[in-house]
Amino acid sequence: MSSATDTAHHGHDHHHAPPYGITRWLFTTNHKDLGVLYMSFGLLMFFIGGAMAMIIRAELFQPGLNLVDPYFFNQMTTMHALVMIFGAVMPALTGLANWLVPVQIGAPDMALPRVNNWAFWLLPAGFVLLLATLFMPGGAPASGWTMYPPLVLMLGDSFPFLIFAVHILGISSIMGSINIAVTILNMRAPGMTLMKMPLFVWTWLITAFLMIAVMPVLAGAVTMLLTDQYFGTSFFNAAGGGDPVMFQHIFWFFGHPEVYILILPAFGIVSAILPTFARKPLFGYSSMVYATASIAFLSFIVWAHHMFTVGLPLAGQLFFMYATMLVAVPTGVKIFNWMATMWRGSMTFETPMLFSIAFVLLFTVGGLSGVMLALAPVDLQYHDTYFVVAHFHYVLVTGTIFAIMAAVYYWLPKWTGHMYDEKLGKIHFWVSVISVNVLFFPQHFLGLAGMPRRIPDYALQFAEFNMISSIGGFVFGFAQLLFVWIIIKCVRGGEKVTDQVWEGAQGLEWTLPSPAPYHTFETPPVVK
Amino acid sequence: MSHETTSKRHTKTVTKLLLVTVGMFGFGFALVPLYDVICDITGLNGVVNLQAADHDGATVDEDRTVTVEFIATVNGNRPWTFKPEVRRMEVTPGELHTVTFRTTNGQSEDTVSQIVPSVAPGLAGRHFRKTECFCFTEQPFEAGENRDMSVTFFIDSRIDERTNTVTLSYTLFDLGAGDDPDFDPEDAELHANTR
Ligand code: HEM
Ligand SMILES: [Cu+2]
Repeated sequence: MSSATDTAHHGHDHHHAPPYGITRWLFTTNHKDLGVLYMSFGLLMFFIGGAMAMIIRAELFQPGLNLVDPYFFNQMTTMHALVMIFGAVMPALTGLANWLVPVQIGAPDMALPRVNNWAFWLLPAGFVLLLATLFMPGGAPASGWTMYPPLVLMLGDSFPFLIFAVHILGISSIMGSINIAVTILNMRAPGMTLMKMPLFVWTWLITAFLMIAVMPVLAGAVTMLLTDQYFGTSFFNAAGGGDPVMFQHIFWFFGHPEVYILILPAFGIVSAILPTFARKPLFGYSSMVYATASIAFLSFIVWAHHMFTVGLPLAGQLFFMYATMLVAVPTGVKIFNWMATMWRGSMTFETPMLFSIAFVLLFTVGGLSGVMLALAPVDLQYHDTYFVVAHFHYVLVTGTIFAIMAAVYYWLPKWTGHMYDEKLGKIHFWVSVISVNVLFFPQHFLGLAGMPRRIPDYALQFAEFNMISSIGGFVFGFAQLLFVWIIIKCVRGGEKVTDQVWEGAQGLEWTLPSPAPYHTFETPPVVK
Repeated sequence: MSHETTSKRHTKTVTKLLLVTVGMFGFGFALVPLYDVICDITGLNGVVNLQAADHDGATVDEDRTVTVEFIATVNGNRPWTFKPEVRRMEVTPGELHTVTFRTTNGQSEDTVSQIVPSVAPGLAGRHFRKTECFCFTEQPFEAGENRDMSVTFFIDSRIDERTNTVTLSYTLFDLGAGDDPDFDPEDAELHANTR
């Protein structure tokens, strides 16, 4: 759509302001509306999953069975993970992609706007199914988010709900990622070659491919669970010649790339924010692209590091151990590049920058505990302890969630036209960054001392660290209410911002007015 | 670029990506036979051949002995007794041995069981050769029936020389046919024999 007449012709019903009321949100195919919907849904789920985490930490505040029934506790750990992964983090990242990818590549909208609407509305449907199990007799799934058979087959009524919810969420993510991939491949403005794309776009392109490759495998795995349960197949049933360990292989073939689906877009976010506030271009752009691609490739051949204790043969343990440690190489390249970007920059420390710097430091902590877990002989001891819990919360909370928060602060002025309250933002950051470490750092010690994960009670020697961790958890949880308040306040008003918003910001989205109009780049910009 | 070609390009890309999606869904299922094939070729996972092995021509290695341990487990706490008559024995590779397992169906209903073997260390699985085993077929049991079942095996003398202990573990699965009012033990036997 390069000619003006063409635009006018197609744009006749586009050009008035967005319609009002509920139907605007139900039927919208506008990428910005859908981005807002996705992100709001993610925020809602963040609080639902967060409430579950509060219950977990309250039960673990002191040794003994204090607050909740142990079976309910297991439902909480299971649902917390499912809600946070599929409800909070993935939709929030998809929402950012919806809002940002078209404006960063100079496209008028996503390639498949109606698919976009459909993909979003599948999410509430899936979560109604999943959350409804909480109110059913027998309660919600309590098998752990990894759904290992034979335990998962003993869930009762919540089992089919779990399976269909996973199917629906999987279909939604596949549609979302096909849409993003097609948009990036086909709709870049003239002159926007692949190697000129902002890194957020690059990381999302690779993430989209990862999702297209592994979400169907998850769908297959849960389908096999379903047929084992109801149609007499024996994929994972040893009595019928199947093998429960095979489920773990198939699940983690999905599961490990999935953890990179959760982190790669965060890499893209941080690679956008650090240069802005260091007022220097990103160090090593092309090595960032190659590092992302190699991480994505390696993520397919390391899955059995989740299974060192199932009785892998020595050769298998060695292979998966070395392959996993290899992931640390491209990851190290990225961390090096981020530090080199900040090196001798004229840095300022606005809230998005603070979250990004915290990301670099604390994600590295998670990466280091990951390398420890990658050592097969050591993992025999660490597996299924709080050490693993500490590891993945460092990479996911201080990694991905911090990056998402950085992104919200960074682009919020572009979305709303107002500057958020910087003072409150800084308070939010400092309370979060301190409390999150109080929450998760002691869990390393608990794990090394042998406290298993997913248990409602524990030996007395773990009492102090658990209490410290719980206090950190409550503070972190309540600090996030401040985050919501800052967003609401910024949407309702605030200091007007310029188009560029941040002095050092580069890229197409910063050439648009603030707030960005409902339709943008209907005539593609020319990228030199 | 005109509108038509844009949507054509989209269709092309979407089609390709959908093919990948479908392909990967299939790949998930292809992992199942692949898993078995890999276990079979490499002898990993302690998978034991469920066909009778041939003892003729097996060489006996007088120079060493291997300790064989037996474990019997009932899956899911069902009311069965299932015990090997010996816990362990020293065997010379290549020599035939028979061990019986005392088995009682403690339920007041007829049922069918399937007993699944596994060998540790996994790589010894392919050298653990059974000429006869109750695990080759499903085993029907009447209510309260008590029966001795036996396995006849030899350790292939090609077993890794570093292996000095092999554990043979059996798990008994109650297939629960006892709940079925139309259940007929003769049918079950028939079914077991055609497997
Ligand atoms: C240097 C990079 C990394 C290495 C070497 C690594 C290694 C490992 C290993 C070996 C385990 C298995 C521990 C066990 O269960 O005994 C594990 C678990 C886990 N990792 Fe990582 N990891 C890395 C980065 C990440 C990232 C970036 C994420 C996500 C953003 C992540 C998320 C997880 C999760 C969620 C689990 C636990 C899954 C579960 O059992 O529920 N890891 N990691
Ligand atoms: Cu992994």
